[in-house]
Amino acid sequence: MNLPKEFKYSEEHEWVKEEGDKVRIGITDFAQSELGDIVFVELPEEGDEVEADEPFGSVESVKTVSELYAPVTGKVVEVNEELDDSPEFVNESPYEKAWMIVVEPSNKEEMDELMTAEEYEEMVSED
Amino acid sequence: MTTEYHDLIFERSQPGRTGASLPDSDVDAVDVQKKFAGHLLRDQPAELPEVDELQVVRHYTALSRKNHGIDNGFYPLGSCTMKYNPKINEDMANLDGFQFVHPYQPEETVQGSLQLMHELQEDLAEITGMDEVTLQPSAGAQGEWTGLMMVKAYHEQKGESRKKVLIPDSAHGTNPASATVAGFETVTIPSNEEGLVYVEELKKYVDDDTAALMLTNPNTLGLFEKDIVEIASIIHEAGGLLYYDGANANAILGKTTPGKMGFDIVHLNLHKTFTTPHGGGGPGAGPVGVKEKLIPYLPVPRIEKQGETYVFNSEYPQSIGRVKGYYGNFGMFVRAYTYIRTMGAEGLSEVSESAVLHANYLLKKLEPYFDVPYQQVCKHEFVISGARQKKLGVRTLDIAKRLLDFGYHPPTIYFPLNVEECMMVEPTETESKETIDAFAHVLGEIAREVEEEPEKVLEAPHTTVVGRLDEVQAARKPVLRYMSDKTQES
Repeated sequence: MNLPKEFKYSEEHEWVKEEGDKVRIGITDFAQSELGDIVFVELPEEGDEVEADEPFGSVESVKTVSELYAPVTGKVVEVNEELDDSPEFVNESPYEKAWMIVVEPSNKEEMDELMTAEEYEEMVSED
Repeated sequence: MTTEYHDLIFERSQPGRTGASLPDSDVDAVDVQKKFAGHLLRDQPAELPEVDELQVVRHYTALSRKNHGIDNGFYPLGSCTMKYNPKINEDMANLDGFQFVHPYQPEETVQGSLQLMHELQEDLAEITGMDEVTLQPSAGAQGEWTGLMMVKAYHEQKGESRKKVLIPDSAHGTNPASATVAGFETVTIPSNEEGLVYVEELKKYVDDDTAALMLTNPNTLGLFEKDIVEIASIIHEAGGLLYYDGANANAILGKTTPGKMGFDIVHLNLHKTFTTPHGGGGPGAGPVGVKEKLIPYLPVPRIEKQGETYVFNSEYPQSIGRVKGYYGNFGMFVRAYTYIRTMGAEGLSEVSESAVLHANYLLKKLEPYFDVPYQQVCKHEFVISGARQKKLGVRTLDIAKRLLDFGYHPPTIYFPLNVEECMMVEPTETESKETIDAFAHVLGEIAREVEEEPEKVLEAPHTTVVGRLDEVQAARKPVLRYMSDKTQES
């Protein structure tokens, strides 16, 4: 399973990459392979507030529409607008080209609630 | 040599060819260029196909033969109740007195039609255990929305603005969609390990902001929510209402009613349980029944019997108003009424017995080949999982495609969302034992192929006119109208 060691992971299959005061967020390789071909990604706008464990957007595949749950609370400072035209990035490059949003977390402690790559791998292999 | 007629009708077009000779016009021609403002006129002439009558007949006959419907094959599409629609329904709907009435005719000239609608309302009220029914909504989802608008009106009348609609995670996708369109927030209630509403968990979500709980019973897993009476009292004690999604009504006819279970509002899909045409646009019909406390909010005009006369009555100031042009899809009412009256109460009760028996029989036959996530007696449908096959590199989608080679419409796949690699199978009461046996045999064969010759499944379908269509490209870059080379160039 492709899971970068330096990232953290949420139960709802988002990855979180710390970049100084900010975090970059996307969905895991496992999530994209479960969803199948992604045809549409709906994201918030810059300046929106997201709340941990609450939906911040959705991804639509040929099979289903799934909500995206924010791993942390904070303000959206960057949005990957390329996913509008190229939703296939989510399948092709879930950890790089298909980052979804960058958030300025308002509560750093929420980061401690997230899982390590090993813990996440254990969770999805139990399913 | 057989001509296959794969072409689009546009590709058959020859300049000047025509299928009809029209008489000379006896009115003066109008110059559209002068009559209408420029922005209302087309830039280019419409590209209509120029073909003769026989070409039209062959083209559409060929298309219809490529189609799959209940009249030419088994169609176990879970949650859709693809049962046989008796032809007597069509005979009745085609009677001149029904076929040629106009919605603007004076009431006294359409008494028969009004009587049929009124009696259908009464029949559906009895079948669902409700006090009053509206026939207006044109399909299940519109019925849901109509019901939720009544929920809203009911709470507002009491001076409350409740915002939350609770919906189990196994619900039909239309439930949260309808609730959102009606202006509510949806809250997802998790299922327990038996596939039923988690009652203890539900209690945590219910409060004085709960407008309603939407529930399908039996649920989308084909399982009966046995705690429904307790669930109903939890919601009612908090001042909320219970909405019954009638998509699965085929399982309970004459056995129980949503009214007995404690529901306040019900929609029915006439195109599922009551044998009106389904698929290809139906059109559908989604009547909604309510308990007494919600009657004031029903859509108008209501159809009532006053003395010996049937009338439209719009004198209900608290009504949510009209939800559909005219009075609903009337042709469907004739068919559903015909079905109910030809079956009778006992017949309808047998419908559900057979539907449940067939589903359980088929489930048993499939158990050796597929994972069964919920080991219980099912109602009219059940879910199995392709998890075992997925480990071998073959997904449920591939199994569904392989079924096409055997002339079957595949079951519903990847729904409900809480079951991995899900297949949702609903054989319906109208299929014979031989048909069900043959289908079970084929699925067993496919399970064997997955183990022994997986390419055969992965590359399916092999026998259809077209193979795997590019669903991804169709969703990402849909082509929504025909464009000839000529149009594309300009």
